[in-house]
Amino acid sequence: MRYARDVAIVAFAQTAHRRSSQDVSETEMLLPVLREVLDRAGLAPGEPGFTCSGSSDYLAGRPFSFTMTLDGVGAWPPVAESHVEMDGAWALHEAWVELLTGAADTALVYAYGKSSAGDLGAVLTRQLDPYYTAPLWPGPVDLAALQAQALIDAGETDEQALADIAARSRTAARANPHARLRGPVPMGDHVAGPLRTGDCPPVSDGAAALVLAAGDTARRMCERPAWIRGMDHRTDPQGLGLRDLTDAPSARLAAEHAGAFDAPVDTAEIHAPFTAQEVILRKALRLGDDVSVNPSGGALAADPVMATGLIRFGEAAVRVHRGESDRALAHATSGPCLQQNLVGVLEGESR
Amino acid sequence: MNPANNEPVAVVGIGQTEHAAARRDVSIAGLVREAALRALADAELTWSDIDAVVIGKAPDFFEGVMMPELYLADALGAVGKPLMRVHTAGSVGGSTALVAANLVASRVQRTVLTVAFEKQSESNAMWGLSLPVPFQQPLLAGAGGFFAPHVRAYIRRTGAPEHVGSLVAYKDRRNALKNPSAHLHEHGITLEKVQSSPMLWDPIRYSETCPSSDGACAMVLTGRRGAARAPRPPAWVHGGAMRSEPTLFAGKDFVSPRAGRDCAADVYRQAGITDPRREIDVAELYVPFSWYEPMWLENLGFAAEGEGWKLTVSGATELDGDLPVNPSGGVLSTNPIGASGMLRFAEAALQVCGRAGAHQVDGARRALGHAYGGGAQFFSMWLVGAEPPAG
Repeated sequence: MRYARDVAIVAFAQTAHRRSSQDVSETEMLLPVLREVLDRAGLAPGEPGFTCSGSSDYLAGRPFSFTMTLDGVGAWPPVAESHVEMDGAWALHEAWVELLTGAADTALVYAYGKSSAGDLGAVLTRQLDPYYTAPLWPGPVDLAALQAQALIDAGETDEQALADIAARSRTAARANPHARLRGPVPMGDHVAGPLRTGDCPPVSDGAAALVLAAGDTARRMCERPAWIRGMDHRTDPQGLGLRDLTDAPSARLAAEHAGAFDAPVDTAEIHAPFTAQEVILRKALRLGDDVSVNPSGGALAADPVMATGLIRFGEAAVRVHRGESDRALAHATSGPCLQQNLVGVLEGESR
Repeated sequence: MNPANNEPVAVVGIGQTEHAAARRDVSIAGLVREAALRALADAELTWSDIDAVVIGKAPDFFEGVMMPELYLADALGAVGKPLMRVHTAGSVGGSTALVAANLVASRVQRTVLTVAFEKQSESNAMWGLSLPVPFQQPLLAGAGGFFAPHVRAYIRRTGAPEHVGSLVAYKDRRNALKNPSAHLHEHGITLEKVQSSPMLWDPIRYSETCPSSDGACAMVLTGRRGAARAPRPPAWVHGGAMRSEPTLFAGKDFVSPRAGRDCAADVYRQAGITDPRREIDVAELYVPFSWYEPMWLENLGFAAEGEGWKLTVSGATELDGDLPVNPSGGVLSTNPIGASGMLRFAEAALQVCGRAGAHQVDGARRALGHAYGGGAQFFSMWLVGAEPPAG
């Protein structure tokens, strides 16, 4: 056995993602999701052996924003709990490791983001090198456009192929009641050439949560648990001049270390906020045409920043739960132009 | 952690920067790299020996960089490796070390570099901590304003004499004179000077308050095989835990939060400690305001409820006492917020290795590292020993 214990995703819940949730606080947005996911796993608030979340103060516009959402967890009596200032997929990794040590048998993992609280494009420029890049205020669309143009220049895609990715994703999202864009939208004008409105993710507010459980506890909670066969994450340097933007070496490395290439997957939920990034990730993650990619619609249908990566794991897991997938890949990204990547492999037991 | 089945975790490298109010000589990347390189040199390892990096810091507003680990990936030698960023408020330096320790304990990674930092001079931490209305009352400026009422509650509850806080500050600032890395070196400090310093948040005086520091701390953690190759005997992790409770609720005990008591109980259970006062030789506690020493002594089980201040007054927590607390000078002498917790963990490790220099506690075999954060609601602790854990 590769790891000390078998750990599975046994329950998942998410909000109906919206353009703006100014009528509710982050805690109010999150609370129904936490209740739903704990109900599904048959756990009471405060009962999970470990809790871990992912969120960003910069989205909330206040320090320690995660202390407020802890109110939604039911942390009394006190709970074993931690937080990452990263997408919730990395909180999932921390919780998975905690379960591997045997310190807990169950874990609650959640993530949320209210992109509507500020100008998301401007906020995300603050992720860049504060001395050399951030003072230029290049937004996420500008940087993704450089990447898309590099890909087109390399002959690996064209604007029509990108439009097809957008249409396929949003058509798939018709079956996803949580998505913001359900059905194709016009590609629109160039926002930053070659990217058009339709190549970009819809700015979204939302939250997601899942429950992890080990061994027999997982089997009790879920008819067909989504077993985590491997999980790994890697980073590339941030400097755009230090990278080949048409590639995502850290995604490939993470997939290798997660065991993704050991056997074919039938489903992949990948975190590609911009159409051209799907082209890069399909190559890095070796996803052929026989793999169902982003049946949920992916980030192009809903992109609650900080939760989008965790949602990929949830969407992959529920397909295993429902018997629609036997071996699925889930992927999350962070940073400009696919800088940091996390890959997990989920499997259902044979029927 | 469950020591029975897991890989034992050893601290084989420890490094910290020079701490100062403003490290204008280095960038943010330069600061974290200084600590990381010192930890690697201490372990006699290079970047290529590191399998993963876990970094922690307090709110991103303190430097004005969102998720700075992305920009720091290169400086931390993390390219092509797992890089994780922890943020659990003031307890983050401790939590970060525990997340790194779990990677080793679970055998997911072999050798992990963990780093925590704050470069507070990039912004103004007091206003960075002051939440806008409607999240907080408009008069609650900075952390001192938040914690002073809880100190007053402690004094009222225990009847502690009013000079206890100044004794702690006087001790910690003198200890810092023996720690070349400390931010504050107040030569000529006297008890009278502490007691005559300006009142900031009654009963907390200027000299009873932590400074605002730029600094970073780093450690290299590894398993049994890595420890066998280490240049010197390492410190071993015997127990580690985190506990959290909500910020505000009816019945919350701000003086002795239950999350702190539960966290300590978990660590002691893992480490087989039944009488912390006798079995722990030295403690590095997160004391940002002097009165928190007696408060934590009670919360952590070193003294009975209401008796913590008596331990302080007796001199037991002095460097030559029978339970030295913060021989490094503690948070009261050095406070790069995100790194302050890891400094406690690292100083505890230095003590059990016998490598704390002029502030070494003679014969220290078991030491507690402690951190807390938020509204006295997030706790992280580890207990380290000179011997490998049993089993």
